[in-house]
Amino acid sequence: MAASANGQGFKVIGSRPVRHDGVDKVTGRAKYGADYSFPGMLFGKVLRSPYAHANIKSIKTDKAAALPGVKAIITAHDLPALPDKMEQTGEQAINLNQLSANILARDKVLYDGHAVAVVAATSPHIAEEALRLIDVDYDVLPLVMSVEDAMKPGAPILLPGLRNKEEGPDKPTNVATHIQFKRGDIAEGFKTADYVVEREFKTAMVHQGYIEPHNAVGVYNPDGHATIYCSTQGTFAVRSLSAAVLGMPEGNIKVVPAEIGGGFGGKLTIYLEPLAVLLSKKTGRPVKLTMTRAEVLRATGPTSGSTIRCKIGCTKDGKLTAAEVWMAYEAGAFPGSPVGAGAMTIVAPYNIPNLLIDAYDVVVNRPKTAAYRAPGASNAAMASETVIDELADKSGIDPCDFRIMNGAKEGTAQTAGPPFRRIGFIETVEAIKNSPHYKSKLEGANRGRGMASGFWFNVGLQSSAIVNIHTDGTASVVIGSVDIGGTRAAQAMIAAEVLGLDVIDVRPLVTDTDSIGHTDVTGGSRTCFATGWAVHDAAQDALRQLKERAAKLWEKKPEEVAFSNGQFSTDGNGVKPMTVKELAGRLARTGGPIAGRATVNARSVGPAFATTLVDVEVDPDTGKVSILRATVAQDAGKAIHPSYVEGQMQGGTAQGIGWALNEEYFYDDRGILRNSGLLDYRMPTCLDLPLIETCIVEVPTPGHPLGVRGVGEVSIVPPLAAVANAIAHAVGVRMGELPMSPPRLLKAMLGKKNGAETQAAAAGR
Amino acid sequence: MAKKAVVEATINGEQTEFLCEPRQSLLEVLRDELDLTGSKEGCLTGDCGACTVIVDGRPLCSCLMLGVEAQGKTIQTVEGLATPDSLHVLQQKFLEHASLQCGICTPGFLMSAKVLLDHNTRPTEAEIRYALAGNLCRCTGYDKIVRAVTDAAQTLASGTGKGSAGRLGSGPSAAESTSQQFLQGQEVK
Repeated sequence: MAASANGQGFKVIGSRPVRHDGVDKVTGRAKYGADYSFPGMLFGKVLRSPYAHANIKSIKTDKAAALPGVKAIITAHDLPALPDKMEQTGEQAINLNQLSANILARDKVLYDGHAVAVVAATSPHIAEEALRLIDVDYDVLPLVMSVEDAMKPGAPILLPGLRNKEEGPDKPTNVATHIQFKRGDIAEGFKTADYVVEREFKTAMVHQGYIEPHNAVGVYNPDGHATIYCSTQGTFAVRSLSAAVLGMPEGNIKVVPAEIGGGFGGKLTIYLEPLAVLLSKKTGRPVKLTMTRAEVLRATGPTSGSTIRCKIGCTKDGKLTAAEVWMAYEAGAFPGSPVGAGAMTIVAPYNIPNLLIDAYDVVVNRPKTAAYRAPGASNAAMASETVIDELADKSGIDPCDFRIMNGAKEGTAQTAGPPFRRIGFIETVEAIKNSPHYKSKLEGANRGRGMASGFWFNVGLQSSAIVNIHTDGTASVVIGSVDIGGTRAAQAMIAAEVLGLDVIDVRPLVTDTDSIGHTDVTGGSRTCFATGWAVHDAAQDALRQLKERAAKLWEKKPEEVAFSNGQFSTDGNGVKPMTVKELAGRLARTGGPIAGRATVNARSVGPAFATTLVDVEVDPDTGKVSILRATVAQDAGKAIHPSYVEGQMQGGTAQGIGWALNEEYFYDDRGILRNSGLLDYRMPTCLDLPLIETCIVEVPTPGHPLGVRGVGEVSIVPPLAAVANAIAHAVGVRMGELPMSPPRLLKAMLGKKNGAETQAAAAGR
Repeated sequence: MAKKAVVEATINGEQTEFLCEPRQSLLEVLRDELDLTGSKEGCLTGDCGACTVIVDGRPLCSCLMLGVEAQGKTIQTVEGLATPDSLHVLQQKFLEHASLQCGICTPGFLMSAKVLLDHNTRPTEAEIRYALAGNLCRCTGYDKIVRAVTDAAQTLASGTGKGSAGRLGSGPSAAESTSQQFLQGQEVK
């Protein structure tokens, strides 16, 4: 059998072929969402709120509608009213009223940049001019920008209908949810601790920062069917959500995935898609909507800023005894921050007998947050991994050994209860401990080294795949998972491995929602895991059928046909083995074409762990931090295409470093985003980073036919704390607030210096 | 609406004439009037570099230049980088080193890197990073991009500078051996 979980004898998996869509992408031929255009196409632009919190008294569009070239204008009242409760749409439970109100504000704007009206015109410039002619009368309301303010008694209320269980059905609140996890006896746990570290952390709201702005082309036909062309992480999610918002039957919408210019979770939901369809319906012409960068930053993404208080204790010999956490995450304007994931990841890498975690999902006058790579886990690990590092320091134990000693392994209870199956956390720490980086000496003033670890669940969910055998002996793999970072190549490699073909002879195709069975989003690190599983099984299905054909030709039973090294063979006098290619040419005479199919609904997943090591140098005069060296170790289960696995590890590390040092949403007193451009929303450039060294750890996921774990997300979890720990070792200050930008770090350094001088003065004289 | 102007420019080696409104950027003209959608829009403020083209030998954000300013200029876009039968060595090396994930920034990086290599055949890592600092990539952390440009420079310097047709399967050993050379030849911090 070609492909097996123990990793023996792989020919294609583990190699590094050029990606199949590569030539299109280096020549400018690949079509991203904004590259689509159609005859007669109109261009849409969105009018956005200049206030963070206001009631909409009226919207006057007549002047804009009279501008030559303007073809349609819509507001929320053109969308159906939807129930304000959680509902099942397709596979996800969602509050459709809130989804719709986020896409187009209904009576009330809740953040700077909230969409209010949309214009379609014959050129984008005319549409922009028309926006200036729309007259909106706002009644400005008091705002809340932080979780602390939003949770205060008497705070301005964002959503009049929002209630939570604890405060009861009569009390309007900004707290959407309170989640608690408990284990053991927390007081007893801290009593047995010799060292206890407790700190408060604040992390800034940050954006996913994909380079391609959101886009959608809607083409509505008079028969009630519509096609959406867009860059999305999930075509089926766009279909079900758009249908719900528009009040259309789901089957009347086809979503065609364009190439996607980054997402990191930010393109799992919808913003423009239903608007493009509705404008097309109104005008009878295709309508394209694209966001500007300012719109992307003001009104899409971001991920939650957070306040976290974290207290952890350990014995003198470094055994963790208890952890107590209070955490509140900004949900943005509507409920749904990833605080639950934050709570379940914050101490997940460790075996801690006593635990108390309280987590709050809080609405504030900021954009509705969207998923961002291991959503919620990075904020959480910033807190816990800083405290863990301090405990390792206090107990005088090497930070790798401290983590290995307390590390979660097979059988350790997860935060939510069930035990881990086989995981590779300790292996990632060992990989760092054995790395040339860790073994190297770091010398020089103001330099420090720090490490941190991170956990992410990953998801499984549903995927479909078809493997077609062509008459020339090549194959095509048809899937519904959009390729956001090289996954087409990985899928083709899996099919090639099973069928004994060269990877060049397997062509991967990502197709639309009508051409493949349901496939969940490219997210949750699931594409190689779950879609890869479906492709593996579909290729096996094709192989089984090929064996039957060989058996027919040889007048044998299928089970008498063997397949190895790319050849079918059978025992018997003088039967010459056949390759897939040779057999494929004879399909017409043995029963017709072969298409292998498979679907999966992967309920169990392979959780991911990463450990990151960084060296920094702090400029004592400015507080600027330079990353001198970075190494990341991550458990991939089985790396299908190691280059793209490394790429995920490096990319997540870079994003984590940006989160640690520079990136933040900066709002003024009126709740207006003041850095809505990429000059002032400062993501890492080429000059800010070193080469990023990688150690791929492979602890196969039990149950997966290839042992794959998802690799897309976990690498963003450790860097925040790793950088903070490195700074602490460089200059002796423990930073509790992100980003650790030059002014903030300088202030902390000066504070420490002054404090030390004051203390010395008090003690000495 | 202002009247459209007739503009003549050399684009990817061809004498080209187009009509454009005075308010249209060069990027808009390339994408919407000339169907050269390889140059990407990431920000429209010159911060991300996804729309980088080469104008009279210099890298430039085409979102920051008006279409009418292209009059008489020589412009190269990503569509003009390969020949009909062969990729540019930078394109080839980007593929071999897996230097793109989503690929939206790739055209801009290729154009910035081309200008660097046109002027400097033996760039150091620092020089490469400096030349590419105006291009944002959110996927890769730049590691594999820097390696690809280094490898492309070495390939050009050794006189084997013709890219291949980018055939699949040409990657694995090539990429591994060249990144090894890179690591041996250059100090990694």
